[in-house]
Amino acid sequence: MNDPVVPAPALSLFRATSFTRKKIRVQKAAGILFGAMACALLVPLLALVVYLVVNAWPALTWEFLTDVPQGGMRRGGIWPALIGTLYLVVFSRLFSTPVGVLAGVYLNEYAKDNWLTRVVNLAVVNLAGVPSIVHALFGVGAFVIFAGLGKSVLAASLTLAIMTLPVMIVATREALAAVPMAFRVACWNLGASRWQTIRTIVLPNSIGGILTGVILEVCRAAGETAPIMFTGAIFFKAVERWDFFPYSPREQCMALSYHLHAISTQVPGVPEPMLYATAVVLLGFVLAFNSLAIVVRFRMRQRKKW
Amino acid sequence: MDIRELHRTVDTADLDLWYGSFQALRRVTVSIRQGLITAMIGPSGCGKTTLLRCFNRMNERYGNARIAGHVRILGRDVYDPDVSLIELRKRVGMVFQRPNPLPLSVYDNVAFGLRVHTPRARRSRRTEAEAVETALAEVGLLDAVQGRLRRKGTELQLEQRQKLCIARLLPLKPEILLMDEPCSALDARGTEAVEELLRRLRGRYTIIIVTHNMAQARRISDECVFMLSGEMVEHSETAAMFVNPKDRRTEEYIEGRYG
Ligand SMILES: Nc1ncnc2c1ncn2[C@@H]1O[C@H](COP(=O)(O)OP(=O)(O)O)[C@@H](O)[C@H]1O
Ligand SMILES: [Mg+2]
Repeated sequence: MNDPVVPAPALSLFRATSFTRKKIRVQKAAGILFGAMACALLVPLLALVVYLVVNAWPALTWEFLTDVPQGGMRRGGIWPALIGTLYLVVFSRLFSTPVGVLAGVYLNEYAKDNWLTRVVNLAVVNLAGVPSIVHALFGVGAFVIFAGLGKSVLAASLTLAIMTLPVMIVATREALAAVPMAFRVACWNLGASRWQTIRTIVLPNSIGGILTGVILEVCRAAGETAPIMFTGAIFFKAVERWDFFPYSPREQCMALSYHLHAISTQVPGVPEPMLYATAVVLLGFVLAFNSLAIVVRFRMRQRKKW
Repeated sequence: MDIRELHRTVDTADLDLWYGSFQALRRVTVSIRQGLITAMIGPSGCGKTTLLRCFNRMNERYGNARIAGHVRILGRDVYDPDVSLIELRKRVGMVFQRPNPLPLSVYDNVAFGLRVHTPRARRSRRTEAEAVETALAEVGLLDAVQGRLRRKGTELQLEQRQKLCIARLLPLKPEILLMDEPCSALDARGTEAVEELLRRLRGRYTIIIVTHNMAQARRISDECVFMLSGEMVEHSETAAMFVNPKDRRTEEYIEGRYG
């Protein structure tokens, strides 16, 4: 009996042809290029942080945070600006979080897909793209003048709230949309009302995403200068050290972003490290909140399993 | 009233349904008898799911669905303007193709229905616990989850999840259970377990089950509805349909000429 004869394979079988080798080379090159771009993203950020911190080092002290400005802003610290930023952030979040979340819930959970909803959605997306200086002018017209709030914490916070509202709505909608439809269908089929479904299932499972949105908008509210410049920020206010409640809502307040702008453009002779230190504090504020957002998202992702 | 009327729990008369301009149901007139397991078979896309969703008015979620004709449940036209969807769905439960327990504990999954239908002041822990236990026992899940009622329902095995989805309907004491290919995501053993469960539930509930699987329809159903291109072609006793189909199209489908 003969074994079936398998003919010897041609030597070229499964060998890379020159075209194949070229494909592989191009693929590798593309990978390296794209990887380099991804790393390039880190370079400016790192460079920025290092540059700021190095230059700010001599002024970066605990005193700097807790002291009040002295000697026409040329000495002392940034306490009133720090507290002012906190005021603006807290007040503006108090306005924009409930409105943004409720509007997002309405748009994602209640609204039918009709022309009105589409117009609202379009408006939200476009509002998100409006430059902050335009929001500032709107704030001046609507809150400072028309509503009669004058230049004040309230007017500035409302302006910041309007500016961050679209992103709050979009973030809420995205968080809600990430909850699988099957859960809602299951609830409705048990005779749960829309609101019961939202309260018991949809919101508890999207709260992480909504919180992330809130935190990211805290950063924006803290960082923007234009919207508060004409609506409530003030160059200087005499405040006691460690005074946590130096401003009333109807008064103007100092703020980190505006303070930085002021001392770097309006006041001659401010020591350089103080400028850089102010920038570092502002950046630190933003980075800290961003990291918090990342932690929240990570924890939520770990918790949910479906 | 005709005595036979009493035994008819789900009735449709000349039911048409359009999704936009596409007609998914054509003049469907069918009447489902109480306490039996009725299987709906037919090739993919023939409108089985659509018909099933008419019984608990789930098609309304799709903005472009339009309906003509009548659907009566327990003699009541469910498209009457004063019919509350919430009350309707309490009496007509639905089980889906993919098990979809809620992201809550096993206990809360089963108690969910009771809770959404009971004002807070009237809720009692004892009644709730009893109802949950009864429902879990009824679907044969109690032993498997005993002592782990606080675990998430979404973490059970696939087959147990599907049983949980059936169990969560029961505390509401529904009359009718609609099941849309409840075994299609399960393996052979899971399928067998669910079929066994359906046999146990038979008689207490009117069960309408959509299935892709003719052998399954034959194993578990009392009556069979064969649909094709949105039309109801034949409705007979299962045994009769598979041995001696009345319609040529049914015969061809059963023989596997298309599907
Ligand atoms: N929401 C919908 N919108 C438009 N067409 C649909 C929708 N749901 C189902 N259909 C169409 O209706 C027909 C019947 O669908 P379905 O009832 O899901 O069939 P089956 O469950 O028998 O496979 C199919 O042709 C399907 O494409
Ligand atoms: Mg289907």
